[in-house]
Amino acid sequence: MSIGLNAFLTIAGLLFAIGFLGVILRKNTLVIYMSLELMLNAVNLALVSFSRFNNSMDGNLFVFFIITVAAAEVALGLAIIVALFRRRQSVMVDDLNALSR
Amino acid sequence: MSVLDILFYVFSAITLISALLMVVNPNAVNAAMAMIVAFVGTAALFVLLEAYFLAILQILVYAGAVMVLFLFIIMLLDVDRSEAEVAYKDKLAFAAAVIGFGLLVVLVAAAFLKGFYLPEPAVLPVAELPTGQAGGFAFTTSAKSFGYSLFTKYMLPFQVTGFLLLSAMIGVIVVSKKYSEDTK
Repeated sequence: MSIGLNAFLTIAGLLFAIGFLGVILRKNTLVIYMSLELMLNAVNLALVSFSRFNNSMDGNLFVFFIITVAAAEVALGLAIIVALFRRRQSVMVDDLNALSR
Repeated sequence: MSVLDILFYVFSAITLISALLMVVNPNAVNAAMAMIVAFVGTAALFVLLEAYFLAILQILVYAGAVMVLFLFIIMLLDVDRSEAEVAYKDKLAFAAAVIGFGLLVVLVAAAFLKGFYLPEPAVLPVAELPTGQAGGFAFTTSAKSFGYSLFTKYMLPFQVTGFLLLSAMIGVIVVSKKYSEDTK
């Protein structure tokens, strides 16, 4: 394969940028949360490509741990969103401005 | 141009386009569906990088468990009805988001595309088994090497992660429990 490290890092960086766009563009907390997952995923891709091109296993192990922590984080975050929805009947960030008033 | 190169372009295009669709789609369920495609595309890129175990893990955990959880919550809360025409923030925030995105893209292109500021190491052949002397493990494709590393070099993080999963489980139960007045 003649594709180099920089090509993979470009894809990872663009994925991160798209996730960033979603986080600041959207109103729906669930979609914002999905964009956060996309950013995490982009970092995973960068770690795996560094791991492959450095011929080292460490990056792969980091990604293993990141996936585990992300799964725990998603479960907890969605539980928080459900608790929020129960209280405020909305998941739009515009309605969640109690601290700024 | 070999087959693997063409596959790289195909899968990265699929990943980026579906990620962009996820961000711009006003319907949350459609966004989650596009997200699944993006995760599977990333798993395909992992396969191209010969991280087969992580590719399987990516599909099982992200495209499987995490996205099913997301879809479940989206459908449970039924937020689409009110969101139909107000998916994005107001004009100023919209402009700021797009300009920030453009700046990030320019940054990425300048860092990795124009002039190749990072060195381009060649892909080394994959070792048979990781050799665990001097603290470093060589890159291998087998799932066995994960076990090697997890139970030697990464023993403490492994245990901590297990404890983290337990505390996350308890936390989810506590957060999502409905407290009524008489149980307090």
